[in-house]
Amino acid sequence: MEKSPDLARRRLLRAVAAAPLLWPALGRAQPARPATRAIPSSGEAVPLVGLGSWITFNVGNDRAARDASAEVMRAFFLAGGRLIDSSPMYGSSQEVIGYGLKKLGRPANLFAADKVWISNGAEGRPQIETSRRLWGIPRFDLIQVHNLLSWQAHLPTLFAMKAAGQLRYVGITTSHGRRHGEMAQIMASQPIDFVQLTYNLIDREAEQRLLPLARERGIAVIVNRPFQQGVLIRRLQRHPLPPWASEIDCTSWAQFALKFIISHPAVTCAIPATTRVDHVRENMGAAVGRLPDQAMSARMAAWVGRL
Amino acid sequence: MSEWWTYGPRDLLMFSARTYYRLFELYNTELWPLQIVALVLGAAVLVLWRHGGDRAGRAIAAILAVCWLWVAWGFHWQRYASINWAASFFALAFVVQALLLLWAAVVRGRLTPLPATRLPQRAGLGLLLFALLIFPLMGPLLGRSWTQAEVFGMAPDPTALATLGVLLFAGARPAWVLFPIPVAWCLISGATLWAMEAPDFAIVPLAALLALLLAVGGALTNARSGSLTALIK
Repeated sequence: MEKSPDLARRRLLRAVAAAPLLWPALGRAQPARPATRAIPSSGEAVPLVGLGSWITFNVGNDRAARDASAEVMRAFFLAGGRLIDSSPMYGSSQEVIGYGLKKLGRPANLFAADKVWISNGAEGRPQIETSRRLWGIPRFDLIQVHNLLSWQAHLPTLFAMKAAGQLRYVGITTSHGRRHGEMAQIMASQPIDFVQLTYNLIDREAEQRLLPLARERGIAVIVNRPFQQGVLIRRLQRHPLPPWASEIDCTSWAQFALKFIISHPAVTCAIPATTRVDHVRENMGAAVGRLPDQAMSARMAAWVGRL
Repeated sequence: MSEWWTYGPRDLLMFSARTYYRLFELYNTELWPLQIVALVLGAAVLVLWRHGGDRAGRAIAAILAVCWLWVAWGFHWQRYASINWAASFFALAFVVQALLLLWAAVVRGRLTPLPATRLPQRAGLGLLLFALLIFPLMGPLLGRSWTQAEVFGMAPDPTALATLGVLLFAGARPAWVLFPIPVAWCLISGATLWAMEAPDFAIVPLAALLALLLAVGGALTNARSGSLTALIK
């Protein structure tokens, strides 16, 4: 489906048409494009850094804050970002994303990732439809079962939607390191395209089982809580960056933390959330330049462990 | 949510402190000068308390019921629910509290104010004055904008604290049915502020627990002196 030449051409034309909306200042140099990694089930490439929306985009009806969120999205797309992730659990975040997308002229390169989060399996499809209307898009690229809630009921619905072309990918999520055993069982038994889990310089349990299993099974991995909801970055910012951070083109602790995550070969995309344009640019910068190799990743984790 | 018991308040907090306080700012700006009406209602509670008597108690309860209903609709349902899906349940709880006030205090007359001669009544008066006059100043004193002030009758925290203050007036036989929702709200609010790392997170829950302790203490003292009186007689 993704490899269809017609679809690819349409996407390219839409992207070209939308470019002036996203990049109105003529003559400004565009930032370097972020590195991408392929989704194993399709080969489609997505940038290694995406955009989360937990807390940051839940601003309710505050018009000024909605406009600020739209600016964060604009900076994200301008820096080459594609994947935005949300959930019905995130308050007004879906509506705020829809507001931003409308304001930006619905960027053609958007990769829309959302979740189904409801106990009753029969209510999954109506909830996804409500989410789709809030985003204001024709369909989602990815729907994930949020925190494995009623996954037995939701996965058949999501597979049926994918088969009918109403969805491109199916996934499951967990966070805070919970229910890794159950997630591994689903990864081993169900034909899912994506998993979403917590992985960062401190929370590294996923390295033991889930990340190797994702590679083995050809499942894409989205990483949430890359900064432990800001706690990790606040802790790291009390210390100077190690001088050897320049060897992997790091200019900040945020980039240091993100480069550690996205250097893992099983990881497809990390999704930091932010309310600030400068931070989204900084985050996207983590997917530009050199990435750490295995030895450097071990050095990074050891360094942070000693702080 | 599965395994909900393994989540702490910081895991469940779904909005930033900035968004939370901005909610009050927009609310206050949009409804100005309703804050003055709310403060006049608060002053009326004080005047009625000084007047005393059964009818004053019923009038105080009616004023509080109106405030709880307004906070349920104007704050929780109309505004807080836009950033917190649990706010619709809070709105329902606030409506229940308004109905309980109408039933227990307006209909059954269980809220007759007593003069502030004993500790629970003095503490109740102090809590009411704190909710009406000091609480709106706390945000600005901590560096937040005046427009984000939380006012009795409009914001949930000072409304709950003022209600607990009034309940302490009632003397020998507190209307216990009116305690659980304000106390529960104060604990929830404290947990929310703690999760947001607000420096004033402990004030509201501690004040509520103190009010509850004083009410229980006052009731026990009265029960003991009642038994003693019965023995002497």
